[in-house]
Amino acid sequence: MSGVATAGGLRGRLQGFLLRPEASVIVVAVVLVIYFQFANVNFLTNANLETLSQFIATPVIIACGEIMLLICREIDLSVGQVFALAPFVMERAHGWGLPVPLAMAAALAVSGGVGFVIGLITLRLRVPSFITTLGMLFLITGLTLTISRGFPADTPGGKLLTNLMGNWGYAEICWAFAVVALMHIVLRHTRWGLHTIATGGNAIAAAEAGIDIDRIRMGNFILTSTLGGFAGLLEAFRIGSTDPLAGGSNIMFLGVASGVIGGTAIAGGAGTIIGGLVGGIVLGVLQDGFTLQGINAFTFDIIIGAAILLAMVANIHLARLRGGAR
Amino acid sequence: MSTEALRAERIVKSFGHVTALAGVSMHVARGEMLGILGDNGAGKSTLMKILTGFHQPSAGQVFVNGAPVTLASVDRARALGIECVYQDLALINGLSIYHNLFLNRELLRPWPFRLLDHRAMRERARAALADIGVNIPSVDLEVGQLSGGQRQAIAVARAVASDARILLLDEPLAAMGAREAGLIIDLIERLKARGDIAIVMIAHNYAQTLEICDRVMLMQHGEVTYESRAAETSAAELLEIVRREYRAARAG
Ligand SMILES: Nc1ncnc2c1ncn2[C@@H]1O[C@H](COP(=O)(O)OP(=O)(O)OP(=O)(O)O)[C@@H](O)[C@H]1O
Ligand SMILES: [Mg+2]
Repeated sequence: MSGVATAGGLRGRLQGFLLRPEASVIVVAVVLVIYFQFANVNFLTNANLETLSQFIATPVIIACGEIMLLICREIDLSVGQVFALAPFVMERAHGWGLPVPLAMAAALAVSGGVGFVIGLITLRLRVPSFITTLGMLFLITGLTLTISRGFPADTPGGKLLTNLMGNWGYAEICWAFAVVALMHIVLRHTRWGLHTIATGGNAIAAAEAGIDIDRIRMGNFILTSTLGGFAGLLEAFRIGSTDPLAGGSNIMFLGVASGVIGGTAIAGGAGTIIGGLVGGIVLGVLQDGFTLQGINAFTFDIIIGAAILLAMVANIHLARLRGGAR
Repeated sequence: MSTEALRAERIVKSFGHVTALAGVSMHVARGEMLGILGDNGAGKSTLMKILTGFHQPSAGQVFVNGAPVTLASVDRARALGIECVYQDLALINGLSIYHNLFLNRELLRPWPFRLLDHRAMRERARAALADIGVNIPSVDLEVGQLSGGQRQAIAVARAVASDARILLLDEPLAAMGAREAGLIIDLIERLKARGDIAIVMIAHNYAQTLEICDRVMLMQHGEVTYESRAAETSAAELLEIVRREYRAARAG
């Protein structure tokens, strides 16, 4: 402690930065961007940045929800299925005569409803959320396939709305940044965030202090599903149509991995939204950078998998180092 | 006759097959300090948690200021001025000291956004700790980095700083060194001297408890087995009662 306190100046600030849970992933992100820019001149071009931003946006939005859940020691494995369900709810609601904004609201409400059901099963029936959401994963896939009858659907909406919601190249990433900013404030500067950390850090102590821990958990289930549905809507507007098998577990894993690579503890009680954003950027840069280099899809999965493992190992050890430094 | 602050009548609490409390009655007046002694597992902490609204009693009635109340939640008990230092301290290791001191009664900035007022909480936390005289380098430290005694001091400070009318202390001195224990006892005596706070303290040190409490109560296997004014009993007498019970239980 005294070392940090007395170092002062630039060195002190650098040490302070390195002790933050986001630090390692920020360093990794910068190194990766520099590497890919040298390895491939097309990396930092407008066209590629647009593609890159689209790689990044969805996992980051999903990460924001999963991070809140991880902090209170829960997880949602079904968020990628809600991602696919939401656009079909919107399309059906529009088909029944609702204007598109209301149809979007209906889709978000249904998404949130999924979170509510997950919360009820997990908290009332005391089923671990890992199991609850594993079940939901299959259930919602079936639901989406039933609603869509297995066919893709065109996304409704006028030009302005469509552009705003994702069709303009950078719209999705702008929404992702907005969600990150909002959730960062929620986590660090509201009672909700503080109580989420308290619930995951020590549920009994939080309850003894009078915090309604089930309400906190329920709220974060609803939040995560709603964000998953929202990300699904953005994607549908960007592409102009929706596939009933869009998103899926892959999107969910990328979201969780972004959070964990960013420094959120799987064991709960601590986490960072900014870290999740940078974690998402790292995954996106890897994916996009290797694609540009023409590495084939099989090798690519090996590299991504190894990168995620490496980042997680690094994080766990850095967290231990941070603990030791105090 | 002094004014009664808190009374519990024939409180029963079962956890499945375990009967933690088998009809316990207690009372404490404003300006009075009640000590609760007893074996491990006697039900002392369970009684406290019923008085804080954390557990709901299986049977029995609680009265605050003479009126029957249902302590349906911790918030409800707090609203009635009941504060507690739990045996497990109820601290969140990953949060800073000042966040812990204000847990679930955070200071917020004004409308419309109602964000956490970190600065005000930090300053008030600093003042509250200085007031007690506890050695803490910085209120920004995470509670997990503190020693056992320091953590206990934080838990006591939290209960005291909240302006409690009824203060429940579950082994507040358990992990403390002599100096820190002295500080906390000083603090408790200052609160007592104000004359308007009722204090209930669970402890295992008989002599110390008799010294600072006005009245003591002995709890064994979910019942109150002995009650006396502190001045009218002694550690030796209390120990003798505990031994007698123990021998009787072994024989029977
Ligand atoms: N949440 C719970 N669920 C089940 N049983 C419990 C629970 N809390 C307490 N008990 C049981 O109730 C009994 C009384 O426990 P309690 O914690 O009140 O004892 P205590 O007098 O505070 O003991 P100590 O001096 O060790 O702190 C014990 O047998 C304990 O196992
Ligand atoms: Mg106890």
